[in-house]
Amino acid sequence: MTVRPVFERSSVLSLRVLPPALLGRGMARRLVERNVIAYRRRWWILATGFFEPFFYLLSIGLGLGHLVGRLHLDGRLVAYAAYVAPGLLASSAMNGALFDSTFNVFFKLKIAKSYDAVLATPVEVGDIALGEVTWSLLRGAIYSFAFMCVMAAMGLVLSGWAVLCFGAATLVSFAFAGIGMGATCYMRSWQDFDYVSMASIPMFLFSAVFYPLSVYPGWLQVVVSLTPLYQGVDMIRELDAGLLTPALALHAGYLFALGLAGMAVAARRLGALLRP
Amino acid sequence: MQHAEARQEDLSASREGRGRPATRDEVVVARHLEKRFGDFVAVDGIDFSVERGEVFGFLGPNGAGKTSTMRMVSCLSPVSGGELSVLGMEPNAHGPEIRRRLGLVPQDDTLDLELSVRDNLYLYGRYFDLPRREVRQRVERLLEFAHLSEKGDEEVDNLSGGMKRRLTIARALISEPELVILDEPTTGLDPQARHLLWDRLYRLKQEGVTLVITTHYMDEAEQLCDRLVVMDKGKIVAAGSPRQLIDTYSTREVAELRFGVDENAAAAERLAELAARVEVLPDRVLLYTDDGDEALRAALGLGLRPEASLVRRSSLEDVFLRLTGRSLVD
Repeated sequence: MTVRPVFERSSVLSLRVLPPALLGRGMARRLVERNVIAYRRRWWILATGFFEPFFYLLSIGLGLGHLVGRLHLDGRLVAYAAYVAPGLLASSAMNGALFDSTFNVFFKLKIAKSYDAVLATPVEVGDIALGEVTWSLLRGAIYSFAFMCVMAAMGLVLSGWAVLCFGAATLVSFAFAGIGMGATCYMRSWQDFDYVSMASIPMFLFSAVFYPLSVYPGWLQVVVSLTPLYQGVDMIRELDAGLLTPALALHAGYLFALGLAGMAVAARRLGALLRP
Repeated sequence: MQHAEARQEDLSASREGRGRPATRDEVVVARHLEKRFGDFVAVDGIDFSVERGEVFGFLGPNGAGKTSTMRMVSCLSPVSGGELSVLGMEPNAHGPEIRRRLGLVPQDDTLDLELSVRDNLYLYGRYFDLPRREVRQRVERLLEFAHLSEKGDEEVDNLSGGMKRRLTIARALISEPELVILDEPTTGLDPQARHLLWDRLYRLKQEGVTLVITTHYMDEAEQLCDRLVVMDKGKIVAAGSPRQLIDTYSTREVAELRFGVDENAAAAERLAELAARVEVLPDRVLLYTDDGDEALRAALGLGLRPEASLVRRSSLEDVFLRLTGRSLVD
């Protein structure tokens, strides 16, 4: 669990003690521009990321849903697919953000060493962190948008408030982009990426995407509810159902803080690695 | 938009500056400059200054502290001690401002492997916040300059070593810098690629760009540099023009005699008085003298029969050998 230290950091504190270089110089958009140009030639790589959550929705939501039947959700009877869909939206936002903030950042940092070249320009480490996190977030947002279109087309949206799910999913992407990049800056070899799957796969399976948190004993509920994916799943599920509770703000704040903390850790680590 | 225009004016102003004959203003000044990594001292209190428009060299073996010095000058690595001024500013405080006016050719090409040749240049220009149209024009000019016009749409990975190096140099020029720093620009290139690269560097010099070059090839330093310093173990051991250094630390000519591995030392003893200085290397004996042919004749007169011999002009290699007792390239 290499992402652990990120969790414990207070983002507000980190930001206050950051030297100016770590905050960037407003050049982050150039890193985004770089990724747009790089993917223009390989757009099909982007396309593949959409299918995974879609296939889960078909297989688990519809297929398994046949056996599960309808279930009660806040006094309403809903199809199992409609219950699972918001969870899959959250995990799609997570995976979409993790692609670029982990593997691709590592490639540029350690293999191609292209960040070394970037830092010989007026761009600062803070710009790199913000730029790469922004791009990862955008990639996550693209998948979220596509998945929401599918949800709507399949009639799985439960209320008009579901429009807000897009914003919530983007927040999930932000959190994971920050955590992913922060952790990646500490990785030494490709083997270390096993930690990413070791964290993301169990999170996907156990963060109440497929069943409610209430199946767990009390102590385990607390543990699971602390995972960023659960925070996202719960937030998106509530918005989808039109339940506007104060918990939403808590979820949002938690995810935003994680994203910021991850980004600050990434900027600081990049400074230590590339500007010794 | 207004920003961009203002910047363009800046750039054209600096271009005019390039055309002027070299004024004696100093582009880089270092006083007791130090770089430490923990307990290790990579750069140990060096002094040097680079004047506008000249080609200034750092000659030394691997590990001499050349790269650490270059990284401090290009504001990639903080100064640990002493003073450094680059383009009139202090790197630790004005990194981005200095880097805006400086081009760096690092030892590793660090090209963006996921982009085409043209996009590598284009995006680099964008990192300097240059307007799109301006960058596009510069990219085409630089592709031509780097002899890469036909390779514009290739993946970077498909380029040869020499081409990658030229692309890296072109990339450093996208911001039309006043000062270009080249860290071992020709290491690992074949002779033809080196000569093409030297030719491009000459052209830059003619345009008035100040060049700072590190190398462990003495012929490169002799070919390119107006002035240079010789570095060893973090210190500057000699400074001057290539000619001055050779005149000060060596003789006009050198006679090289090869006697076979076990016999060099014995032969050297007998040769001692034939030359101003005699140096024994594992594979040959060097006679430092102002008349190499005469020394060679005298050696044969002593009845010595070298397996091979040659007389050549003194080089910076000899200067380095004299100063450190070691060869430049191991």
